[in-house]
Amino acid sequence: MDTKSIVYIALFAALTAALGLMPPISFAGLALPPITAQSLGVMLAGSIAGARRGGLAMLLFIALVAVGLPLLAGGRGGFGVFAGASGGFLLAWPISAAVIGYLIGRAPAAGFTLMAPMIAFGGIIVMYAVGIPWMAAVAGLPLTKAVTIMLAYVPGDLVKVILATIITRGVRRAYPAL
Amino acid sequence: MLDLYSPGTSYLHRLGPGPKILTMMLGGTGLFLFDSLPIACAAFIAIAALYPVAGLTAKQAWAQIRPLLWIFAIFFALQWWLSGLTTAAFVVIRLAALILLASLVTLTTRASDMIDSLTHALGFLRPFGANPAKIGLSISLALRFIPVLAQITQEVREAQKTRGLERSVIATALPVAIRTIKMADDISDAIEARGYRP
Repeated sequence: MDTKSIVYIALFAALTAALGLMPPISFAGLALPPITAQSLGVMLAGSIAGARRGGLAMLLFIALVAVGLPLLAGGRGGFGVFAGASGGFLLAWPISAAVIGYLIGRAPAAGFTLMAPMIAFGGIIVMYAVGIPWMAAVAGLPLTKAVTIMLAYVPGDLVKVILATIITRGVRRAYPAL
Repeated sequence: MLDLYSPGTSYLHRLGPGPKILTMMLGGTGLFLFDSLPIACAAFIAIAALYPVAGLTAKQAWAQIRPLLWIFAIFFALQWWLSGLTTAAFVVIRLAALILLASLVTLTTRASDMIDSLTHALGFLRPFGANPAKIGLSISLALRFIPVLAQITQEVREAQKTRGLERSVIATALPVAIRTIKMADDISDAIEARGYRP
């Protein structure tokens, strides 16, 4: 792997960690994974760095979390988080980023109306497909209940999809060779 | 800086990161395989008893659990409602035991030792074309980038404030993204210019 890829992988892992510095919104009525800015990092890793670099960046990030660095929003870290309700969502991050990177790699010049659904597919559908069954298993909830709970997260995630699309298109205009 | 490590000289501190991580993974899987309340309780007590062995205080053990109390409360309420009191107690005690176990490993192992043993353990990836030294470089770079990103964001935010744009998320996020990518390109050129060949 070339040096540039190594630096990009490190950069997007760090970006996701830096987004964790924003305070997470944890609502007591629906205890479960907090709403954080970090999933924006997942989307940008895929949409800007590409499938391979983005996926590896997220793999690096969750490896750093696993070894105990408190990089998740709210200062969480360590193996324990994978055993918790948000564990599946974390493990889905590399897959999400890779899916987004793959889709956008096929249409790098996509307009807003095409790029936003691609980011939404990887950043919401793929992530929930892994995260929800995991959460249901950990919390011992029926799958339908877990799905209902996660509906509360969709509006926030849609805002992040829109932000990620605008940022990606801006960056790609500034760096056409990306 | 970014380390939950609590210094000490106990047996658990001296034990290598590898065996600790393995024990934790096996223990965590075991708790999910044998799902009964007595086993979960026994595991919880055994793990809690390891804290004084590692020279950690009850206060430190409590600090690991405290941020999650409300999650426990809601799990407990949901489970009680869905499947009864025994299951509710079991789910919460198992989760608390797992978190105490994971925190025990994190509290007794330096992050740098964890990264070293991780880099070493990734040696098995060599035949598949991965280079542990490059993984080590990406880990060090990522940890260095975090404060740099925070600083760049601060600078851009101040610049946009003078233009009256402090309320716009895009007016901050986009310049930050472009500047950091420019920085990444410069750093990779600098690394190559110094003849980096891992």
